[in-house]
Amino acid sequence: MSNRVIAWIDQRFPLSSFIKHELTEYPTPRNLSYWWNFGFLAGFVLVLQVVSGLFLAMHYKPDTALAFDSVQHIMRNVNYGWLLRYMHSTGASAFFVVIYLHMARTLYYGSYRAPRELMWWSGQIILLTIMATAFMGYLLPWGQMSYWGAQVITALFGATPFVGDQIVIWLRGGFAVGDPTLTRFFALHYLLPFVIFAMVFIHLIALHSVKSSNPSGINLRAKDNIPFHPYFTIKDFFGLGIFLIVFCAFLFFKPDFFIGTENNIPANPLHTPTHIEPEWYFLPFYAILRAVPDALGGAVAMALSILIYGALPYLDRSKIPGGARYRPIYRLLFYIFVLDIMVLAYVGGQPPVGPVVSINRIATFIYFGVFLVLPFASIWEERWLRARGLPPAVQEILANEASQHGARQ
Amino acid sequence: MTASSDDGNAPQDPARRDFLGTVTAAVATAGAVAACWPFISSMNPSTDVLAEANTEVDLSGIAAGQMQTVAWQGKPIFILHRTPDEITAMAASNGGKDPQPDGQRVKNPQWLVVIALCTHMGCIPNKNSEGWLCPCHGSVYDNSGRILSGPAPRNLDIPPYTFATADKIVIGKS
Ligand code: FES
Repeated sequence: MSNRVIAWIDQRFPLSSFIKHELTEYPTPRNLSYWWNFGFLAGFVLVLQVVSGLFLAMHYKPDTALAFDSVQHIMRNVNYGWLLRYMHSTGASAFFVVIYLHMARTLYYGSYRAPRELMWWSGQIILLTIMATAFMGYLLPWGQMSYWGAQVITALFGATPFVGDQIVIWLRGGFAVGDPTLTRFFALHYLLPFVIFAMVFIHLIALHSVKSSNPSGINLRAKDNIPFHPYFTIKDFFGLGIFLIVFCAFLFFKPDFFIGTENNIPANPLHTPTHIEPEWYFLPFYAILRAVPDALGGAVAMALSILIYGALPYLDRSKIPGGARYRPIYRLLFYIFVLDIMVLAYVGGQPPVGPVVSINRIATFIYFGVFLVLPFASIWEERWLRARGLPPAVQEILANEASQHGARQ
Repeated sequence: MTASSDDGNAPQDPARRDFLGTVTAAVATAGAVAACWPFISSMNPSTDVLAEANTEVDLSGIAAGQMQTVAWQGKPIFILHRTPDEITAMAASNGGKDPQPDGQRVKNPQWLVVIALCTHMGCIPNKNSEGWLCPCHGSVYDNSGRILSGPAPRNLDIPPYTFATADKIVIGKS
């Protein structure tokens, strides 16, 4: 019976061949470690956010007079409203945790290098869209931190030469953040997940065309690939279990860990909180913004600090396969960079007085310095590694690549 | 021109056809861009937001040395009633980073009217006896709203305003 149904569908839609091609026969390197779980986890959190957000939207009111109270209404009166709301707010942080780990894995193993540039870039667009979505979502509860965060970030666009003021007014729909701003942020907060879904689709199509990278950094022989299903569905689901334990620990025991206490006060346009700080996932970039003493320069530096990742496939000039594992200098740069981001995140959350200011500037300098040093360091490192003697297998791969490259020209 | 002159399929004048194609594409693009305008414009302040563009303030209740914060176009405005000491001190200095004589910043030296948003990133500075201190990144302003130190690039902005009577101002009209 079910066979006949499937046969009926297969005549009209490539169902079986799709499942075969993308799951049960999709070749996956058998040496993938748990670091390769985070893409799946990001997809899971995306679905979680869309579902919890949809149900929240059935009770939330995007109107400055009602917004704050409607969130309290969700928390107190709506059945399981507290669960939906905390799921959504904890989910936002979880999203950034898994995405940042996913990116850290890509950096460590050099997975952004040819032929996976388009995966890296589509991922960049996904990251930027998620950041915009998170930023707009944070305004919706209409608390003090929501209001002043939006006020400060929209004011950044005022640094645009010539038309800065008009752009800020256009973004806000008024002279300050107000009702029009709240309503449009809600509309866009609902729209952008569709854009994210579309980009994730492109990300996955690119993945299934270039296939997964793996810890060795070289393409495995066909016999060293195993089908995605069931081997990696199982591995992903196991990782999901671990993730859910951590996620639920926050969700049920520390639900307001990621919500600033200041945000329990309704927005007041005539009173600034004593200390404005963005959500933790924006802190490193916020620190870079503050490091530059000029408004336009700060905004440009912050934009650059995110966009510069797109240049990595070109900045990394080494041909040695494999990421940090087989490249000592690159590994050193990777750890300096990760440490530096943590320093930036820390100072981004501190009031900018005393030593914080200079630490902030030095860390910003190092952040960009790593990108600037990479082209030279990678060339030098390749020369050094070759002189030291590469394993014969790697030499063979490099020779093959070189001859292919020569043949193409 | 008639279409019967040759085999009927080959274009007689390919350059002419390309030209028409280009023109069609250009007009269509211009039309599509123009059609975006209503959507973009709808995000600008609506007429009711613009209608609240003026605020009247009665100054008689503000004693010398006191400051009042009022809302104008959703933005806070500081109205500072300066004491004679403050007036002389401010007239004597020229500010700091963004020098400007005090005379250019007031209509009546007793009354300082400034937009209460730090020119750095828009926080509301806190009043102290020397002027203002921004809680966000530590910009310091004097009693003329001029930037003395900190990351803010400009002096506090002056809104357009007029004295309707001796103790009433209209903010938004100059
Ligand atoms: S907003 Fe006032 S110092 Fe930055």
